[in-house]
Amino acid sequence: MTTNTKGTKQAGEVDRRHALHLLKSMLRIRRLEERCAELYSAMKIRGFLHLYDGQEAVAVGVLEALTKDDAIVATYREHGHALMRGIPASAILAEMYGKQEGCSRGRGGSMHLFDEKTRFYGGNAIVRGGLPLAVGLALADKMQQKNRVSCCFFGEGAVAEGEFHESMNLAALWQLPVLFVCENNLYAMGTALKYSESVMDLTSKVMSYDVSSAAVDGMDVLAVEIAAKSAVEAIRSQGKPFFLECRTYRFRAHSMYDPELYRTKSEVEEWKGRGPIKTFIEKMKGQGTLSDADIETIEGDVAREINEAVAFAEACTWEPIEDVARFVYSERRMP
Amino acid sequence: MTDDQKELRTLTYRDAIREAIHEAMQKDARVFLMGEDVGRYGGCFAVSKRLLEAFGPERIRDTPLSESGFVGAGIGAALGGMRPIVEIMTVNFSLLAAVQIINNAAVYLYMSGGQFNVPIVIRMATGGGRQLAAQHSRSLEGWYAHIPGIKVVSPATLEDARGMLWTALQDPDPVLIFENAGLYNMEGTLAGDAGAVDIDKAHVQRAGKDITIITYSANLYKSLEAAEILAKQGIDAEVIDLRTLRPLDDQTFLASVAKTHRALIVDEGWRSGSISAEISARIMEGAFYELDLPVERLCSVEAPMPYAKHMEDAVLPQVDKIVALVRKMVGANG
Repeated sequence: MTTNTKGTKQAGEVDRRHALHLLKSMLRIRRLEERCAELYSAMKIRGFLHLYDGQEAVAVGVLEALTKDDAIVATYREHGHALMRGIPASAILAEMYGKQEGCSRGRGGSMHLFDEKTRFYGGNAIVRGGLPLAVGLALADKMQQKNRVSCCFFGEGAVAEGEFHESMNLAALWQLPVLFVCENNLYAMGTALKYSESVMDLTSKVMSYDVSSAAVDGMDVLAVEIAAKSAVEAIRSQGKPFFLECRTYRFRAHSMYDPELYRTKSEVEEWKGRGPIKTFIEKMKGQGTLSDADIETIEGDVAREINEAVAFAEACTWEPIEDVARFVYSERRMP
Repeated sequence: MTDDQKELRTLTYRDAIREAIHEAMQKDARVFLMGEDVGRYGGCFAVSKRLLEAFGPERIRDTPLSESGFVGAGIGAALGGMRPIVEIMTVNFSLLAAVQIINNAAVYLYMSGGQFNVPIVIRMATGGGRQLAAQHSRSLEGWYAHIPGIKVVSPATLEDARGMLWTALQDPDPVLIFENAGLYNMEGTLAGDAGAVDIDKAHVQRAGKDITIITYSANLYKSLEAAEILAKQGIDAEVIDLRTLRPLDDQTFLASVAKTHRALIVDEGWRSGSISAEISARIMEGAFYELDLPVERLCSVEAPMPYAKHMEDAVLPQVDKIVALVRKMVGANG
């Protein structure tokens, strides 16, 4: 079993400081998403809104394995990844409000969060659209002898796309440091995996490209963290891609327009019973690592952070419409 | 500068592009070429012949037949600090990569609020006229020119084949270079020190006073040939090479129309919803009262390209058709 530097030694064994950090991270995402849903109902946020509730352990666990030099490419369900990457909740919410202080200047919205400082390359709302980009980022690193990892998040629906296979092949053929993280939440919008894949074991898909892989319980943050760290270690030491399937579940509808006709309430309830935050709290309390008082403190901190972020977004400003064609092309020349 | 550098030399359009790639690779270590058969095969149209020997397989990178994958990887590499030249064998196959070009490269800067520009150059062969039938003869450069966020250039001359690439590589945003496959064998002379040229101005290739023929790429030569025939008949045509389809330099052709009062657009693309339609609209918007008669267009017949030579010839703009149309427009037919 891989030992890491931050306190998670193996599944179930974690020191108090790290446990507090992981729980707080997951709760930051959960409470942000809950607030987003409210703000959507209040018509403060518009457009498509895809919430991450239920999948928090994936973003939290995987991001623990990456350094600030690494690159992230994410999907349209990326609020959690952006927050974990270090984009402030205030800039994320301002973006969803469509304000110019948002992390994409109000140009992208919920699906297109970007941040140059943290190498967060979106926010890509074309299913599988980000996979070749991650391959290219890794190619650039390799050609420039930079020892960095490019991490690409995508859903299991992307596996059916040709670019998934093209990207796996290219990354393996050219030996590129890409961490492919497949968040398998079982449904591509409303189509269950069994209705879209002839072979449902996703790791088997990448074996034919000679890409190393692992599947992990995506509801268990410690398991995800360990698996991601081990994957990143393999990528850095061997300079080859790795495919990590995180088996997870989204608790909410696909987007705010989804009546959820394709799955039963009891199925959702069953998965909620396995929720990443709920089970982590139970485990940590059971082990005596965390107490109710700890959780209360975290909840207080998180609530404050989200409240401040909402207040910030409310106070932010609208980009002048005269600027509507700015950034179609660059304003600066390149070095 | 030595006399050698100034001296004219003979080379082909293909050689000019190869020289441009060679020079760019020498000048900037971030530049690399990738695409199908660019390395060991030497390029489908032999443009990159012998570059593999000069620069090695890392920088002259053969790709699998994965247009979307390697164009997307080029975009990623550009985001990651490289200056990729991605070769798509022909525009027909670029459709497989359209989502990467249109939904990623063209929008990343805007969608990220100005944070992530994509300095990629994508080259591809275009055009018909070689009896390759419907799936290998498209001229879709005008269709790409519809998309904000990318630049679309189409070199017709040796100077532009030699000089547009470096300028495109200096551009912070995606530039698509369309090379008409019928031009690769075109031979001509070029100054020894030929280098970078602008990619935002149309050029008046032949000055005239009676009519403005607006065209680009391979049809430049058909138009110039027609202009010579017309000159012998006493009709003085001005011929404009657009060079760049986006952004469109309308000032050059509007100024010309203000002088000649007649405009004919010659384009290998189809006329419906096309770059020729755009040019016509701009003339209407910007020079309506200068016109003596409505703008005319000579475009490809709106059909998939047929194989048989006589049928293909009938689809494409031809010199005799240009001559006839111009004569009609200037009233030379009585």
